[in-house]
Amino acid sequence: MTRRVAVVAFARSDPARPTAGLTEVELLLPVLREVLERTGLRAGEIGFTCSGSSDYLAGRAFSFTLALDGVGAWPPIAESHVEMDGAWALYEAWVKLRTGRADTALVYAWGKPSAGDLDAVLTRQLDPYHLAPLWPDPASLAALQERALLDSGALVPPVPAGGSSPGGPAPVDGAAAVVLAVEATARRLCARPAWIRGIDHRIEPHGLGVRDLADSPSTRLAAARAGAFDAPPVDTAELHAPHPAQEPILRRALRLDGAVAVNPSGPAAADPPMAAGLIRLGEAAARIHRGRSRRALAHATSGPCLQQNLVAVLEGEPDV
Amino acid sequence: MSELLSAPLTVEFPFTRSLGPVQGAFLTGLRERVVLGVRRPDGRVLVPPLEYDPDTAADLHELVEVGTTGTVTCWAWNPTPRRGQPLGTPFAWVLVRLDGADSALLHALDAPDPGAVRTGLRVRVRWAAERTGAITDIACFEAYEGEGEEGGAHAADVAEPADRADGAEVADRTDVAEPADRADGAEAADRTDVAEPVDRADGAEVADRTDVAEPADRADGADAAGRTDVEEPADAADPTGAVPRARPHDGVFADPVTSLAAPARLDYTYTPGRAHGRHLAALADRRTVGERCPACRKVYVPPRGACPTCGVATDEPVEVGPRGTVTTFCVVNIKARGLAIEVPYVYAHIALDGADLALHGRVAGLPYDRVRMGLRVEPVWVGDGRHPDHYRPTGEPDAPYDTYRELL
Amino acid sequence: MSEEPVAVVGIGQTRHAAARRDVSLAGLVREAAARALEDAQLAWADVDAVVIGKAPDFFEGVMMPELYLADALGAVGKPMLRVHTAGSVGGSTALVAADLVAARVHRTVLTAAFEKQSESNAMWALSLPVPFQQPLLAGAGGFFAPHVRAYIRRTGAPPGIGALVAYKDRRNALRNPYAHLHEDGLTLERVRSSPMLWDPIRYSETCPSSDGACAMVLTDRAGAARAPHPPAWLHGGAMRSEPTLFAGKDFVSPRAGRDCAADVYRQAGVTDPRREIDVAELYVPFSWYEPMWLENLGFAAEGEGWKLVESGATALDGDLPVNPSGGVLSSNPIGASGMLRFAEAALQVRGQAGEHQIEGARRALGHAYGGGSQFFAMWLVGAEPPAT
Repeated sequence: MTRRVAVVAFARSDPARPTAGLTEVELLLPVLREVLERTGLRAGEIGFTCSGSSDYLAGRAFSFTLALDGVGAWPPIAESHVEMDGAWALYEAWVKLRTGRADTALVYAWGKPSAGDLDAVLTRQLDPYHLAPLWPDPASLAALQERALLDSGALVPPVPAGGSSPGGPAPVDGAAAVVLAVEATARRLCARPAWIRGIDHRIEPHGLGVRDLADSPSTRLAAARAGAFDAPPVDTAELHAPHPAQEPILRRALRLDGAVAVNPSGPAAADPPMAAGLIRLGEAAARIHRGRSRRALAHATSGPCLQQNLVAVLEGEPDV
Repeated sequence: MSELLSAPLTVEFPFTRSLGPVQGAFLTGLRERVVLGVRRPDGRVLVPPLEYDPDTAADLHELVEVGTTGTVTCWAWNPTPRRGQPLGTPFAWVLVRLDGADSALLHALDAPDPGAVRTGLRVRVRWAAERTGAITDIACFEAYEGEGEEGGAHAADVAEPADRADGAEVADRTDVAEPADRADGAEAADRTDVAEPVDRADGAEVADRTDVAEPADRADGADAAGRTDVEEPADAADPTGAVPRARPHDGVFADPVTSLAAPARLDYTYTPGRAHGRHLAALADRRTVGERCPACRKVYVPPRGACPTCGVATDEPVEVGPRGTVTTFCVVNIKARGLAIEVPYVYAHIALDGADLALHGRVAGLPYDRVRMGLRVEPVWVGDGRHPDHYRPTGEPDAPYDTYRELL
Repeated sequence: MSEEPVAVVGIGQTRHAAARRDVSLAGLVREAAARALEDAQLAWADVDAVVIGKAPDFFEGVMMPELYLADALGAVGKPMLRVHTAGSVGGSTALVAADLVAARVHRTVLTAAFEKQSESNAMWALSLPVPFQQPLLAGAGGFFAPHVRAYIRRTGAPPGIGALVAYKDRRNALRNPYAHLHEDGLTLERVRSSPMLWDPIRYSETCPSSDGACAMVLTDRAGAARAPHPPAWLHGGAMRSEPTLFAGKDFVSPRAGRDCAADVYRQAGVTDPRREIDVAELYVPFSWYEPMWLENLGFAAEGEGWKLVESGATALDGDLPVNPSGGVLSSNPIGASGMLRFAEAALQVRGQAGEHQIEGARRALGHAYGGGSQFFAMWLVGAEPPAT
């Protein structure tokens, strides 16, 4: 038998609050405090801590070490960090709880897009020999996906003037945090834990020219592995589409129909990079915490044109 | 509240990329106006060539030559070109499946407006005037009303396995991959190239690129003829005379390209944050102000916005110093690039009086070999520097070890 | 039901060198990964998930390079995780991979770590300018040298201990065909007379800057039963972190290191590491860190680590050989350095360490650390399956 793991608390920066001049740790502190307050846990009671962020976004090496100041890592903590969206930090923490070596986990992530030119920064993710030297910005790559969708007949014209979609709202600075707990601990910390029924992530080839840009097979595969297509159907889906054109691709891959509330928390395009996926997971869980959803799907993405995707299915009742 | 500080931060480096045999052959080919792909185990051809098969993870090394004409499989209009992109004027990003290839290559298409671009458009390579062995040796693509439409001649249908699988060819390819050939004098030359991109990383680079793409250079008949020359011999070998097909290629070129200079510049805006901002404001008055943790009462200098052990914000200002104690140090004998300090010098941890941890600074004003743990020092300010230039002895007796052993 | 036992059934590494100009980034990582698979006699399709680690992306100028490396590592259609915990990353990456097996999420996991420092300049990447702050005055050696001085002051160690460690590790490296530095003519006298860079650290007491990669295949009991060679079994693994700088921090013997070791020993049932562990691969980028870590990890009493070194106990023929591979002092592809320590520990208990094999090694410790002596990752592996 495996240990059931639930999201028991979620906090995120208030997108309306100004963040000018704040450092990573100053962005994080209020979010960490809030998420711990929701559970009544003190930092020292957390069994495992994992974070997600990007040095390239911050413009300095080892940027995550600065954020650790906000955690209060003393006495020393069992801790890890992924150079990925915080959704994957949550995945690592979920694995840790399943090993039985911790009963609670704190997961956090942050992004400060105001520190740099995000469109230029993200070109550095691309194949350094064939793609990065051309500096193709992510909005242009997303526009290729929109064209692929149009050509496939799955998206109905008209396209916006100029032939490409705008990038959507600009991402803001911010942070997010989640607390995970197992079994009885989860029930003690939260009235309506959001049980992780399944979670999985998959990656596609890197090259844009070998993929069908109108499709997201890795999302479909991760969803199947996470049980998203099993009964009962999800009533809510929080999707991480950094560009609006990508949302129809995700809806199709996830077979979401009109009965599903998609992104009730708002679109992800404005969410802080590296925290955006964790925010989708947190928002889906929070909807279950509030009793507004019984079974919710959360999705996170990484890489050019949805190269890597994570899907989690959360449930309001344990699958006894 | 103190003023919010920020400053530009440029992260720039001329990265050097060694290429390996497949990518080395591809980029050398571009320099010679030849486009190479690589054949997958199932016969399909990848352009640009990949070293490893995306589906099976198999090693790929069977090089083939494909055409320099192709078909747009996907596109997106780019109304506002950015620094470093292939064209300085609005253009279309295109995925182009070159004739003979089964995958598509991302590049720019020079087109007057989005109305001139469509999926299925026939295009051809416009070569850069100066080519060095880089993806930018293809200046961009341009529309091409030539013969041959999409479909028909797919590489897998025509390639003759016998032609490709003979031992001689494999041997040739091994030569290309032979590191020994490149790890000697030629390598030093590669290294020198690395310095060059620095020049290109400024504004001039964009201008150069634009020049390369200048249609005037190519609009004369000679250019078209020249390009045809490059293509003809290969085409002539193709009995159908239609779309060029993938043909075996040994990947061997004179003076192969083995590395790539990849300059990259990113511009950031650095903000020191509110806590450090308050510290900097006090430093302007040559006062060192730390902050006390409300929980553990320790004084942090410089403050970083949170007590790292308690994880709570610090906000109570506490002036510390100016004097302090050298808790430990090293003598630096290596001159750091861009640092105008003569070696040897002493790099020390200094616990300012009233602070609960040491900060780092240079100690001078006495011979370097007389600096010792426990030495009492004070800051020396020079000009309008933001930080003390260094610390010098105060002349006080040394501090006993037990007074600073927790502050190393 | 308790955790699934984790076995190391495949180990691969590259030849490490100042610059591997013969391969691309993917080619470098692939070389190690392919060797690990070959050792396990598995194919790419046998791998369920890939966990990759490296230190800062600025070293190669590729942001999140795992995206580009997915094809080369056969990760397409599979889960791929990317770990970054500073210098300890090679160790923590292996532990994340081990957790996937232990938690029964996956049965067979490929883990890899790399650094291709020749693509840029580590000194540059580590000292990107930060406005409003004083420029870094002394580089990495200058960061650690004051802590070495503090160690010497605290313990009264004689000044030549660091040279003994450097000489030992470089001699060990001569037996390791993958090592970066092969200094055939090295003598103790030459180490002692090498230039003083960051007093008290001499040139020959510092690690090189290397291109290299390491990979391992981890699997469950069933996978181990099918393995062609004896596996190494994971008996304990842990990570601990503490802040970079804080009031009361002990840089000489950080508590995070002590706590991490204690956790590993508890899991493995080790109560006397000096007697119960046969060989240790410790992350020693500057020679003096060997006596420092010997104390931090409980192999020697506080203040006594240097005596262990001086006695010859940590030599290849000593009773606690340390760094038979030549260690970080002989090869340092930063992101991979921690995994190389873990891999060497596993090679030793599998009896596959070749010329640097310690006879009869049954239990071995792999150790990695990073940041400002603040991130620790360790594992203890054995020749026998763990008691359940």
